[in-house]
Amino acid sequence: MDDPSASRRHALSCMAWAGGGLLWTIAGGIPRAALIGSAQAQTQGFTFAQLSDSHIGFTREPNTDTKATLGEALALLKTAPVKPAFVLHTGDVSHLSKPAEFDAAESILATSGLDTHYVPGEHDVLDEAGTKPFIERFQKRHSQGDAGGAYYSFDANGVHFVGLNNVVDLKAGGLGNLGAAQLAWLERDLAGRSASTPIVVFSHIPLWTVYAAWGWGTDDGAKALALLARFGSVTVLNGHIHQVLQKVEGNVAFHSARSTAFPQPAPGSAPSPGPMKVEAGRLRGVLGVASVTLVPGQAHLAIIDTPLGA
Amino acid sequence: MLRRAVLALPVALAARPARAAEARVTIDNFVFTPATLTIPSATSVTWANHDDIPHSVVSANRPPDFKSPVLDTDESFARVFDKPGTYLYFCGLHPHMKGTIVVT
Repeated sequence: MDDPSASRRHALSCMAWAGGGLLWTIAGGIPRAALIGSAQAQTQGFTFAQLSDSHIGFTREPNTDTKATLGEALALLKTAPVKPAFVLHTGDVSHLSKPAEFDAAESILATSGLDTHYVPGEHDVLDEAGTKPFIERFQKRHSQGDAGGAYYSFDANGVHFVGLNNVVDLKAGGLGNLGAAQLAWLERDLAGRSASTPIVVFSHIPLWTVYAAWGWGTDDGAKALALLARFGSVTVLNGHIHQVLQKVEGNVAFHSARSTAFPQPAPGSAPSPGPMKVEAGRLRGVLGVASVTLVPGQAHLAIIDTPLGA
Repeated sequence: MLRRAVLALPVALAARPARAAEARVTIDNFVFTPATLTIPSATSVTWANHDDIPHSVVSANRPPDFKSPVLDTDESFARVFDKPGTYLYFCGLHPHMKGTIVVT
């Protein structure tokens, strides 16, 4: 940041790593970033938060206390300038789908006092019973798109929210998977909705191919995006890759959130996508939450990623 | 004397408990090594996960012929392959991870 010749991209990544919350407003396909303090968009609109990859049960380096960092993430939401209307959790709530891990996550998440809408990550469906324990514990408030599917939709403040499950029935050599039944349900779910309805889709694995060599994408994600193509404002949120990444394609803004447990390396920058080892003092700078605001009159939602600490 | 000793040898071998040959596949950095393992029939294959992230071993057939429980760090899973053939498998959590067992 001291070097005035530093590229804009470099400056942004510096701010992210130094712990400054970033506001992303995206208008006409051009992302603009500003520090949180200068955000005008926060003064109006409807805001919700995204949490992801809490991995309760993970106890190794670089984070031996994932319960504490999940608690800190919730505390951050409570003290945010704009209290979110609710939380979306984009999966890997637990590390190994153990009932004790789900118990711990549920009790910590309950401390937020915020309604939370969940989709599963691959770490949440490891039990022999598949999606059933996750649905019974975390998706009770919703009626399932198809029985046992772990996908659903709901409406809030004029926005249509679609929670997808792309972590089951995975195939050898493949990426994330939605499957024909879920795509057929999505088509029915979207049918008859006005093209001016803002749509927020949230899933665990990215719907777009971030990095196929590490499995960071969804085989039939493009089919879901084709069904969304007629809508004027589409926001696609995911977790799984434990880092902030975003791109805009036409009316669709893609955004990937940080984990509350541990960071993963940038695509292709390490031998594997395993947990990135960071010094204890730097851990909280690479964990965090996202808050998303629908700004009246703006096609794209404003997304702020806030790390847990410096 | 010599004749008696030779005759006694097969008896001594038969008295030992039958033991399958053994082979190992390691999991490091989201990769099964060796990617293709060729073994004689009746070999026991053990997969050992050395990553900080859990993995599993699932037959690529539908429905799968075999499936391990989830293997957390330093956990392992063994299976005896007693029929010749080619067995493709993958990680149930990270399906881009693939491997092959060839039983001769």
